[in-house]
Amino acid sequence: MPKVTFIQPDGAKQTVEIPLGWSVMEGAVRTNVLGIDADCGGACACATCHVQVEPEWQGKLPEKSEMEEAMLDFAIEPTPSSRLSCQLRMTSDMDGMVVRVPPSQH
Amino acid sequence: MAKHFVIIGAGQAGVQAVQSLRAGGFVGRLTLLGDEAYPPYQRPPLSKAYLLGTFARERLFLKGDEFYHEAGCELVLNTRATAIDRAARTIALSDGRTLSYDKLLIATGTRVRKLRCLGTDLPGIHYLRDIADVDGLQSEFKPGARMAVVGGGYIGLEVAAVGAKRGLQVTVFESAARLMPRTVSKPVSDFYAQEHLKAGVTLELNTLVAGFEGKDRVEAVRAGGVSHPADLVLVGIGVVPNDELAAAAGLTCSDGIVVDRNAMTSDPAIFAAGDCTRHHGRDGVEIRLECVQNAIDQAKHAALAMMDRPKDYGEVPWFWSDQYDLKLQIAGLARPGDSIVVRGDPALRKFAVFHLRAGRVAAVEAVNAAPEYLIGKKLIAADAEIPPEKLVDTSLAMKAFA
Repeated sequence: MPKVTFIQPDGAKQTVEIPLGWSVMEGAVRTNVLGIDADCGGACACATCHVQVEPEWQGKLPEKSEMEEAMLDFAIEPTPSSRLSCQLRMTSDMDGMVVRVPPSQH
Repeated sequence: MAKHFVIIGAGQAGVQAVQSLRAGGFVGRLTLLGDEAYPPYQRPPLSKAYLLGTFARERLFLKGDEFYHEAGCELVLNTRATAIDRAARTIALSDGRTLSYDKLLIATGTRVRKLRCLGTDLPGIHYLRDIADVDGLQSEFKPGARMAVVGGGYIGLEVAAVGAKRGLQVTVFESAARLMPRTVSKPVSDFYAQEHLKAGVTLELNTLVAGFEGKDRVEAVRAGGVSHPADLVLVGIGVVPNDELAAAAGLTCSDGIVVDRNAMTSDPAIFAAGDCTRHHGRDGVEIRLECVQNAIDQAKHAALAMMDRPKDYGEVPWFWSDQYDLKLQIAGLARPGDSIVVRGDPALRKFAVFHLRAGRVAAVEAVNAAPEYLIGKKLIAADAEIPPEKLVDTSLAMKAFA
């Protein structure tokens, strides 16, 4: 099963397996990765599953939808590498991906 | 001896309480009781992607099994709490056991309101609240089937939208003059009515369902003096709080378990969170909220209070509904008498309705309009005063108001 590594603001790392087709958010929430709140459960309605994707992985991700773009604009301190992890569906290309969890989602 | 906290109700609020209690440093014993066969799961996808069949059941579960193990939480499923003895601080369970508790959280949620009219026992008449309800609907939810939806609220319309997409012939019966009359303003109702009509859904507004006809199963809906042929029926006319357990234990209830700003019931050892509670909203008006936001936030406050670190609950409520490719996002609570202004053009399928009360932003309904929703929520939390002529001026970006 493909894996994604989450890096917390304090540097702590956690690697979790996420089934193909599931979102990165779902993998994080199911295994209780700290800092991925995902209050709306993946409906792109809350902007509380914000992550920053490490540069080398950004090209392997789907384009942002207009809604994700707009929601991200209002996440806490977004950067160009910001994504909503609920919108990132696992593909085999994403196996080994590294993302950073921001200090706060609210 | 270690304290024992018991949570009755394994839903969104229950699992949030487990998470918040452990994150907050509670080290005692923790038990989460659920009366369904499944561990806590998300209900919102049930009437959307799960019904459509594009979302596997295992993705509904809020946490993996390892979460409960790591949290040191005993998850007891298929088991109902049948009585609370407040003097002895014990709970009787449907499996015959008795559990003692030091503090108790009731998060029993709601159940569907049943339609009372002729023929409601006929096979083919469905409700939607649980995984089992959707699974029971699937075999009849087939292209070409004639589906009658009773109730033009969120559940009915989400099912109607999925049905239309699947190729069913859908008719929605709503007793009020417009769709979603309790939850959205008229411009939003009217917009959604147009979208459903465009998708081929038939709308019967101002139409009260009198009963169902059929021999061995439902064959028609009787409404407005006419028989409307139907192969299956989905009833979505709201929910009622599961407050009987609390009421029987003598806790103050009034269409919901009454709690204070710290989610405490009339017994200081017992708390309640989520859909089953009645509380004073931010504006001081009593309300029972049926939404994920309230389940999550009230459970967080309940957890804090159970750890003797109470913090007043005053978060802005928020809601969403997915119908077709439209995302409806709502923040705040509208009230009769609010003045409303529309920002953007419904014809472009992207607009927002702002509700102003005494000049302050009180609620926003946003359709495919994330900035309006997100900034609107902030403006509501800040009780911001924004002149209506500025709110509707789309040459001003929403960020200008933040």
